[in-house]
Amino acid sequence: MSDQPATTDAPHPTVLAPVLSAFWDADQSWTLETYLANGGYEGLRAALAQPPGDVVQTVKDSGLRGRGGAGFPTGMKWGFLPAPDGGPRYLVVNADESEPGTCKDIPLMLATPQFLIEGVIITSYAIGCNHAFIYVRGEVLHVYRRLLKAVEEAYAAGYLGKDIQGSGFDLDVTVHAGAGAYICGEETALLDSLEGLRGQPRLKPPFPAVAGLYARPTVVNNVESVASVPQIVARGAQWFTSMGTERSAGHGLFSLSGHVTRPGQYEAPLGITLRELLEMAGGVRGGRELKFWTPGGSSTPIFTAAHLDVPLDYESVAKAGSMLGTRALQIFDETTSVVRAVTRWTEFYAHESCGKCTPCREGTYWLKQILRRLELGQGTQTDIDTLLDTCDNILGRAFCALGDGATSCITSAIQYFREEFEAGMHTPVSELFPPERSALFDYTPKPRAVLAGTGAGGH
Amino acid sequence: MTVTDNKGAVEKGPAAADLVTFTIDGVEMAVPKGTLVIRAAEQVGIQIPRFCDHPLLQPAGACRQCLVDVAMPDREGNVRPMPKPQASCTLEASPGMIVKTQHTSPVADKAQQGVMELLLINHPLDCPVCDKGGECPLQNQAMSNGRATSRFIDVKRTFPKPIAISTEILLDRERCVLCQRCTRFSKQIAGDAFIDLQKRGAQQQIGRFDPSVLGFADSSIDRWDDVDPGLVGAETPAGFAEPDESGLPFASYFSGNTVQICPVGALTGAAYRFRSRPFDLVSTPSVSEHDSSGSAIRVDHRRGTVMRRLAGDDPAVNEEWITDKDRFAFTWQSAPDRLTTPLIRERGEGGFRGELRPASWMEALDAAAAGLRAAQGADGRSAGGVGVLTGGRLTIEDSYAYAKFARVALDTNDIDFRARDHSAEEEAFLASTVAGSGIGVTFADLERASVVLLVGIEAEEEAGIVFLRLRKGALANGLKAYSIAPFATRGLARIGADGGTLLRAAPGTEAEVLDAIGSEEDLAHVRLALEGAAGAGGAIVIVGERLAAVPGGYSAALRLAQRTGARVAWIPRRAGERGALEMGALASVLPGGRPVADAAARVDLAAAWGTPSLPQASGRDTAAILAGLADGDLRAVVTGSVELGDLPDPDAARAALEVADFVVSLEVRASDVTAHADVVFPVAPPAEKAGAFWNWEGRVRPFGQALDSVAMADHRVLDAIADAMGVQLGLGTLDAVRAEIDQLGPWDGARVPAPDVSAHEPPSPVPGQAVLAGWRMLLDCGRGQDGEAFLAGTAKRPVARMSAGTAQALDLPGDGALVAVSTASGSITLPLVVTDMPHHVVWLPLNSPGSQVHRTLGVGPGAIVEVSRPDDGDTRPGSENVEGQDA
Repeated sequence: MSDQPATTDAPHPTVLAPVLSAFWDADQSWTLETYLANGGYEGLRAALAQPPGDVVQTVKDSGLRGRGGAGFPTGMKWGFLPAPDGGPRYLVVNADESEPGTCKDIPLMLATPQFLIEGVIITSYAIGCNHAFIYVRGEVLHVYRRLLKAVEEAYAAGYLGKDIQGSGFDLDVTVHAGAGAYICGEETALLDSLEGLRGQPRLKPPFPAVAGLYARPTVVNNVESVASVPQIVARGAQWFTSMGTERSAGHGLFSLSGHVTRPGQYEAPLGITLRELLEMAGGVRGGRELKFWTPGGSSTPIFTAAHLDVPLDYESVAKAGSMLGTRALQIFDETTSVVRAVTRWTEFYAHESCGKCTPCREGTYWLKQILRRLELGQGTQTDIDTLLDTCDNILGRAFCALGDGATSCITSAIQYFREEFEAGMHTPVSELFPPERSALFDYTPKPRAVLAGTGAGGH
Repeated sequence: MTVTDNKGAVEKGPAAADLVTFTIDGVEMAVPKGTLVIRAAEQVGIQIPRFCDHPLLQPAGACRQCLVDVAMPDREGNVRPMPKPQASCTLEASPGMIVKTQHTSPVADKAQQGVMELLLINHPLDCPVCDKGGECPLQNQAMSNGRATSRFIDVKRTFPKPIAISTEILLDRERCVLCQRCTRFSKQIAGDAFIDLQKRGAQQQIGRFDPSVLGFADSSIDRWDDVDPGLVGAETPAGFAEPDESGLPFASYFSGNTVQICPVGALTGAAYRFRSRPFDLVSTPSVSEHDSSGSAIRVDHRRGTVMRRLAGDDPAVNEEWITDKDRFAFTWQSAPDRLTTPLIRERGEGGFRGELRPASWMEALDAAAAGLRAAQGADGRSAGGVGVLTGGRLTIEDSYAYAKFARVALDTNDIDFRARDHSAEEEAFLASTVAGSGIGVTFADLERASVVLLVGIEAEEEAGIVFLRLRKGALANGLKAYSIAPFATRGLARIGADGGTLLRAAPGTEAEVLDAIGSEEDLAHVRLALEGAAGAGGAIVIVGERLAAVPGGYSAALRLAQRTGARVAWIPRRAGERGALEMGALASVLPGGRPVADAAARVDLAAAWGTPSLPQASGRDTAAILAGLADGDLRAVVTGSVELGDLPDPDAARAALEVADFVVSLEVRASDVTAHADVVFPVAPPAEKAGAFWNWEGRVRPFGQALDSVAMADHRVLDAIADAMGVQLGLGTLDAVRAEIDQLGPWDGARVPAPDVSAHEPPSPVPGQAVLAGWRMLLDCGRGQDGEAFLAGTAKRPVARMSAGTAQALDLPGDGALVAVSTASGSITLPLVVTDMPHHVVWLPLNSPGSQVHRTLGVGPGAIVEVSRPDDGDTRPGSENVEGQDA
């Protein structure tokens, strides 16, 4: 995590905009006390003073778009809920952050969980929900504990429970730990998992807004989206739209990882470029060359050095052929084999495929085997075509978007680095890109067990 | 009356629904709103390949095989192509939609080929030894919609070969394409989820409850054999079974359907596995002989042997589902004890019986004719007479022949088809309300009903398809089920998401409860429900045959129907009962519901039959015929496939046959009647003859002859006996019988008045006694299930049930303790399951291994029995108590 000053004298056209990360460097930043000392719960006070509809309108006006990857306008999503019928409505916070490279929600919840709690309360108030759920990735036990503690503190201070701050509004929050499945980040699979069922995506329609958790109207929002709400309400939509671009308003956490000198969270207005971010982060590690990078996690098509000046907003990134996704910027230098990187990602997708639909289940199983062959230099003449065609048979054919995501890294990598895949027909990656060259320190790899033949069974 | 028509059975279509006009492969069509694209395509003859899709299951969209290219009008009406191909099994047709299938869209075609290739990469190439090979949707669609060659050169995922889910169902995970049809069937249709998806990705599999896979802490709960029977409850199978979703051993009466709907060879039946190839089989559409639903089945046979039976597709009756008994229980028809030739027994001095010996047909027919003629005449003891007992399992043609044979050849009304508990009240109920009433309540009516009250019937055990329909109606239309029974069964709990409502009644008090609906405060809600639904035609009272043992039961059901406007449906257990009633195999009823007591009816029928007159003396029912034989009023009896064990008191029946002067038995297989018969004629089982059943709805269910056979149907044998007696029945051929039945037509004259018997005081047991409750399980010791050990393993374990208080009074320690139920005739000892039920009542399965109530105790439900701890002091059951019985 990097703590960047809000202002800098460097002549960058775009500067950081720390909002959620503004006091991550404070002593015990995660406590309610610290939060209150930094203007916490101002948004809630403002929200409770207005009718819920006004809160929804403010968020609509702010142009806040879902920070979980798809970028759907948050206020509009809230607006999809049917009119109240007297039955319960739910807010479910998707905190099942588990994509390779994506690491923004977990630091946020660890450093300042109260942003999320306040956001949950305001959002619940806005949509008429009296019981909200936070579905946390099960592997991050320390975050789960911290959230539990934060909720406890909020209850104790009267921000949760009955008659919150004398407003007459009641809200209970349940923090639920998942059991370790990437698919549960898909909102309908998350709902099934939360209901105690096997986490697999649901058939839509009905959409969660109509029949979500326990078949009741439900809003599912990403952690960062919800955490952004308090400041929007406190400071107004205009403050928010003053940052970012016209259609990609506001601030966002940019997670720089990989071969970068100072990896960490860089909270900046949308539309900043990687070139700017890299400069703030001290450039590529060891003064090496940028080879390729992901703009939004492993599910987004990779970019190369040619894309350093693409503004990181939803539209520009899409125009350049990728997706802003979760702004998980994984940086790879020239010592990295793209075949190896793509193989690791594909192994992840094969391991995490939920199995519900054929294309993702069988396709990733096959892709993984082909890529492992290429990595070992044992590819065949047809492997690249088979990879591309199989990706084509998965993309848009799978049940949910996660199948599509599994193909992005392969097709984009072949697009930019086809010759490396061709080399996989005769030369092992370990010869072309000896792993010790990527190491931070002197390192002699042990001879690895030959993967050939064991590739298929290695689940 | 007609044999082949089902007039009035035509279901009314839904009210003119909003139609949606859209285009598929250039064909414009209009379908009701909500129609899925894949269904609409079928209507115009376009087949889109599919695996997970099944018309009777909720869409899953899992296999992605049915992808099509779709364009839709946007808000401005401009037709825009959707960015991705859409699964046609989950997509509803919408106005203006333009669908292009694989026939017109390269995108759809490639998408389908791509999915097919992916499905095949992990599918084993064992088609040559797979049961499904030759009738396999995967095989067929791989040919029609797949690539000719695979590009997959890597390593296939493998699993150990089959898991035995139960003794009947085997699961081969390698072949599975994870379409979830089986899991959706068991959850949505049968309601007994037993297998489910496990793991994920390529390792995802349909699985059993497996602690080693699921990482359960208590890995000792691995095989249910190790589990205390008290712990796992009562409704557990007799054989080994994998635990189901609830952790209990899987027990389902409908599991065979999963084998049939599996689109690959992943689920197979143990009995059929590796037995034949589909292309060697000859299929004959047929109707199940196992219950009164008249389920459509398909009999697959090869070189004169039935290899398997499948569910037929009859949306009006069984949809596409049958019970496991319908599916697997057919070996009884070719059991080793099949009779192949007529048998004759010579009598010695004083009626002493010799041994049966094979005889020629001519000799046997003459012997039967002579014996019956003689018995019609007086002897020293009585004026003579012959009774006819037909059992309840005959086709309408055969029942008709017995009915006519009795009246014309034997000149008697002493005929009864009821080989079970019966009463004069029941006879009046059947004659007044059921006989000749045509199609009344139908399966579709049950599904659409708002309120159904069950009395004297346990739907899952005694009419499995009725159970499925009630469950469907409850889940889809909010049907509310009430059951008057001693306790809430697992079956009742599965009628609807929250289960049906039990109206608790001790045996013998059902009539009181029926009468109390409307007068008693706590039953007011039932009356209100019935009355509320009756106006819409949605209230139905289902009465089962067990109500015959309750004095006033049928009358009370009729009184309730009259009070509330509900309709009444009589659902007997056996396949032939409704047909036998309609054909006049009952003392007071002639064919077509004509009352014997009505002179006009007799004249009408005598004219049709070309006889001067018909007997007008009122006839005897089963009990009276047996009593008549015992005390000599009757001298002979003709039986048609009667099982003495079915009768309320088998010992008394045996004694009656023992002293009868002459017994003629028409049977498929040797039975305990054979031992007392003087002449035995072999007759054809259903697979070897054509015929028809009338199901409980009143729907005619004709079936064809599956196997070539020299065995003759009962009507042909009876025609020959009558011929030897000098009487021309004219029933020698199926066509002749059907023509005659058709020509008779229904009776439109006066009917027997409905019974109005008031409820009796129930018996009151003293300490140490209890009132017996019970019914027959779907799978039990019935002879129709003989020879099918795999099926027998899925029968529920026999247990005795009592309330906690009753068990405590007997000082029984609780679940699993042995309890002895006795009468003067004998004693049954079973493990106890403490059940929430009335005090001083003990429930037993009536005909299960170790619990053959009629045979052992000589009484039926409603009787007072002695209950006690067994003498040996060992109150924990050993496995020998339930195993090793005739399976």
